Amino acid sequence: MIVGFVAAGLLAVVAGVLVVTSRRIVHAALWLVVALGAVAGCFGALAAEFVALVQILVYVGAIVVLVLFALMLTKAPTNPLKDLTTKRSPFAASVAVVLALVLGAGVVLAFGNEKIEPVPAGAASDVGAAVFQTWVLPFEVLSVLLLAALIGAIVLSQRPGPSAEADTEAVAADKAGDTARDKAGDKAEDRA
Amino acid sequence: MPLIVPLLLAVVLFCLGVYGVLARRNAITVLMSVELMLNAVNLNLVAFDAWRVDQLATGQTAAVFVITIAAAEIGLGLAIVLLLFRGHGHADTDRARDLVEAE
Repeated sequence: MIVGFVAAGLLAVVAGVLVVTSRRIVHAALWLVVALGAVAGCFGALAAEFVALVQILVYVGAIVVLVLFALMLTKAPTNPLKDLTTKRSPFAASVAVVLALVLGAGVVLAFGNEKIEPVPAGAASDVGAAVFQTWVLPFEVLSVLLLAALIGAIVLSQRPGPSAEADTEAVAADKAGDTARDKAGDKAEDRA
Repeated sequence: MPLIVPLLLAVVLFCLGVYGVLARRNAITVLMSVELMLNAVNLNLVAFDAWRVDQLATGQTAAVFVITIAAAEIGLGLAIVLLLFRGHGHADTDRARDLVEAE
């Protein structure tokens, strides 16, 4: 259990470092797949098989695909970019290191001696029962939240940007020109 | 297994996410770093659930809920990024300084 957890954890850390430092955006997105899959392995090592499967389904199956689609739609370049990381990255790194030291010290002081007993497998049925019995109200609230997010995403993507407005104006101008030409043609036919 | 191992892993992943959010320039990479941070939180939830041997499976249920909220968040976030790209022609967080669209 601990060997598998440590192996998956090391993989997750290495992949996470590559996600935040890679100079190619698409490579960062693909390293995100590795990092999320390794975290799913950590969940499995902690006997949380349902969470591990949901992690693979939702994160690797849906979220990363969505990210890759967004990269394609924003015409993200595939060559290495020098300015993908800002000039203030040393400051960001120092903030992250200080935060890691503070959080790590706090965690070690608080839970340094605790141990996780080996949990019997087969936790998926327990989680399913808990979700639909004890946590059924948050579950329903969450479905409303998902619906709201769905509607929000649709409304945002339907909103015309400035270039789209220019396109519609151009289309309208074309239509006006067409109708004017049609009327002129009609008049010409009348004359004939 | 000592409880400290998953907690330290979560600390490292969370701080990697913090670094990514602060240092990355493309908005989509910022969102990817946010996903790393959410994963660290999930790892904490599952670790404490395994530590407490909770009959209600509170930690695992909360982790599943957080995954759902992360899906909603990335959907909305990417819609906003695409709107930014359509309006300005880039998805650069440093250059997106206007609160309103330029007339």
